[in-house]
Amino acid sequence: MSSATIVNLPDQSTAKIPKMNYLSKENGLLSWLLTGDHKRIAILYLISISFFFFIGGALAGLIRLELLTPQSDLMATDTYNKIFSMHGIIMIFFFLVPSVPATLGNFFIPMMLGAKDLALPKINLLSWYLYVAAGILALYSMMTGGVDTGWTFTTPLSTHYVNTNVITTGIAIFIAGFSSIFTGLNFIVTIHKMRAPGMTWFRMPLFVWGHYATSILMILGTPVLAIALVLVVLERTVGIGVFDPAKGGDPLLFQHLFWFYSHPAVYIMILPGMGVISEVISTFSRKRVFGYTAVAFSSVAIAVFGFFVWAHHMFIMGISNYSVLIFSLLTMLVAVPSAIKIFNWAFTLYKGSITFETPMLYAFGFMGLFTIGGMTGVFLGTSGTDIHLTETYFIVAHFHFVMVGGMLMAFLAGLHFWWPKMTGRMYPEKISQLAALVTFIGFNLTFFPQFILGTLGMPRRYASYPPEFQVLNVFSTAGATILGVGYLLPVLYLTWSLKYGEIAGDNPWQATGLEWQTQSPPLTENFREIPIMDHEAYDYEWLERQKEKEVASVG
Amino acid sequence: MSHISPVLWQYLVKWLTNFALFPPEASKIAPQMDALYFFIVLVSLVGLTIVILLVTSFSILYSKKRHPVAVQIEGSTLLEATWTIIPLGLFLVMFVWGALIYFRVYTPPANAMNIYVVGKQWMWKAEHPGGQHEINALHIPINRPIQLTLISQDVFHSFSIPAFRVKREAIPGRYTSVWFEATTPGTYHLFCTQYCGTEHSHMIGEVVALTPDDYKKWLASSTSGSSLAQNGERLFASLSCAACHNTKPDARGPSLVNVYGSKLRLSNGQTVIADDAYLREAILSPSQHITQGFAPIMPTYQGQISEEGVIALVEFIKNLNSDYRVQQTTTTTDLLPESEGKAASGGPAAAGQNPAGKGMVTQ
Repeated sequence: MSSATIVNLPDQSTAKIPKMNYLSKENGLLSWLLTGDHKRIAILYLISISFFFFIGGALAGLIRLELLTPQSDLMATDTYNKIFSMHGIIMIFFFLVPSVPATLGNFFIPMMLGAKDLALPKINLLSWYLYVAAGILALYSMMTGGVDTGWTFTTPLSTHYVNTNVITTGIAIFIAGFSSIFTGLNFIVTIHKMRAPGMTWFRMPLFVWGHYATSILMILGTPVLAIALVLVVLERTVGIGVFDPAKGGDPLLFQHLFWFYSHPAVYIMILPGMGVISEVISTFSRKRVFGYTAVAFSSVAIAVFGFFVWAHHMFIMGISNYSVLIFSLLTMLVAVPSAIKIFNWAFTLYKGSITFETPMLYAFGFMGLFTIGGMTGVFLGTSGTDIHLTETYFIVAHFHFVMVGGMLMAFLAGLHFWWPKMTGRMYPEKISQLAALVTFIGFNLTFFPQFILGTLGMPRRYASYPPEFQVLNVFSTAGATILGVGYLLPVLYLTWSLKYGEIAGDNPWQATGLEWQTQSPPLTENFREIPIMDHEAYDYEWLERQKEKEVASVG
Repeated sequence: MSHISPVLWQYLVKWLTNFALFPPEASKIAPQMDALYFFIVLVSLVGLTIVILLVTSFSILYSKKRHPVAVQIEGSTLLEATWTIIPLGLFLVMFVWGALIYFRVYTPPANAMNIYVVGKQWMWKAEHPGGQHEINALHIPINRPIQLTLISQDVFHSFSIPAFRVKREAIPGRYTSVWFEATTPGTYHLFCTQYCGTEHSHMIGEVVALTPDDYKKWLASSTSGSSLAQNGERLFASLSCAACHNTKPDARGPSLVNVYGSKLRLSNGQTVIADDAYLREAILSPSQHITQGFAPIMPTYQGQISEEGVIALVEFIKNLNSDYRVQQTTTTTDLLPESEGKAASGGPAAAGQNPAGKGMVTQ
């Protein structure tokens, strides 16, 4: 290994994957399907969310293909409407919401806290089964005709005017919601009760803080989504009239309920990603995260403020002008903690000792794209400019910058970062750096033109559009092709690395988290003995001292 | 470029000349909104540049090669306060600036000309006060404030004119409004921006901003002969509204003369202002809107009148003052080019026709 990298691999000729680990402990399908091990459940989740990601991605490909030309020529408008609806539903409820928490969070929160497992292992497994049941139901409803309400299920369109599979899809999301409530519940209990001796709240890695904030959002917000969906189903089946103006109901009420969940949901999607970025940036600059407390509290602040900004999705819907004032102001306040995080991460690099492995490249990508995504959110939080930009491609570009440019980049950063710990083997470095670069370029080419399209006024969810918007749409579709390659590459080389990757050893990155102070892949019970946390998080000097001790005792 | 096929070349040229990058600014509010837009663009670019500069310069200065041992730093309250307070200050400037524009867009001036727009799957119907109807088109004069009163007959729609930088949701069961003042004659896109079902992307049309002269010509050429209020009057008669709503002392319903804009006391003790929304509600669900002193005997007209019908009735009641007859005669005859002179002299005749106006209600 060259000196430019911190990868600290054992001698490959003698290194071996430890014989006893969570993967080798038991064999057979049943040992996986009935497992209570948070690590195995995380792997189950990883496989299932990747499956849904590629279904959602294929649908996105079809959307971009249709938009290559101004006419709606590839498919009928109805088909197009179903495809973008299913793309949104699958990507949000079956990929983004569970992505980092259910995979990386599930795997590493107990390990970071020095615990053997999550507090409620069976609930953890149940949450995966609920997820799978919900996923199958969603796929079933897609195969048997699909749904064309958009992922927002806006009433009265969803209740009175479409005759697609609204009920089955609604139930699927309802079930998926419980899966995410259980995950959140499990994390909160674990973080409160299962910390190792010496692991105080302010010694926890920021990844854990991010997940703590996320879990609060999950258990408080998701039930409201469940209520909204139940009301939609009841309105369709029994006609209770809550959203029907003809029966004295209020169609706008649905949007209040829906966004009361779905705005915090974007923080459910981004906060765990921010946690990943904190870990990655600290590790690859060999430095404590700049202003640990500020970063930790900014996660909590985002979670708290996140509950009071929902109506900024409804500025033009005829809600009172004064409530627009309040929600616009609160939206500005929620933007501040995100700005704090970006600058704290940037200053973590200051006087560090930086290397540029794949996770770090993805993290840099995250910082750039999330800054753009966050700033364009301010365009929309500003009530005046929101009038022109809302419901156009500007919105589409904004949330893809945050969700794909932000969360997906963070997910890939985390996946590469912890891959050696999860599998015991390294991913191939050069090709994965290339994949990170391809993803970044493809992403910008896909979504940046959409800001301009939105400013021009191109409405979202259009199967056809005026011809003067074509050039930008062609760029966007071209970018999507590159982006597709960027996402397929990791699947190929990560699968390859399962067999042929270099043996990683305990701590290839020389990271400080407790999860790195044990073997890779870990034992089922994570640690041979319960670790004692006697240092701050990200204490690289402690790590150095540990190494010296080892050398001294061995030598 | 000789080796490029001429067909392809032509295609490329056509393609690139069609290439739009920024929407036209065709209303009074557009430059104001764009000023704020570019201010936020500027702040974003500065912010992004700072982040990129920090990340790249630190990456170069403190790469492992140059800086093998990291210096551990806790943080810096001063620096963190800086990047909390400066963004907060900037965001607050945007908030205030944005709110000013927002209030401007959604507070129509008193002298605005009101056009009703009904959204339905999948078309826009505009109802002009002079009785002109349009589908998926909106003709308006420049340099005159236009207020749109929007309602949807089915699902949520959204009326968007990018060139004017205005957009408003059309909601089922409720009037919303927006206003603008076009400044440049031309034809502009009209989009439905709220996803509304199968033909959402075909719920488009054009907004034609005309010079006052052209507008007059257009009004004359598309007049249906009777004004919107007169259509309402006809409906009022055919639904026998006047059986109760007359000015007789023993009338079973309240008189509607001058009711628009007045304060009403309801039988449940509430005081309301009789605006468009109130009148619509009172027609469709009368039992909840009983004026004090009257019995709750009015049947509901829910499902019996289309939104356009309700609009015509509201417009009729709105104009139902002592000058009703005269005004209607002027609005319709005003349009005809040859009667322009007469319209100006319509004023003095008003007093003489007063009784006729009242007589209509008591017919």
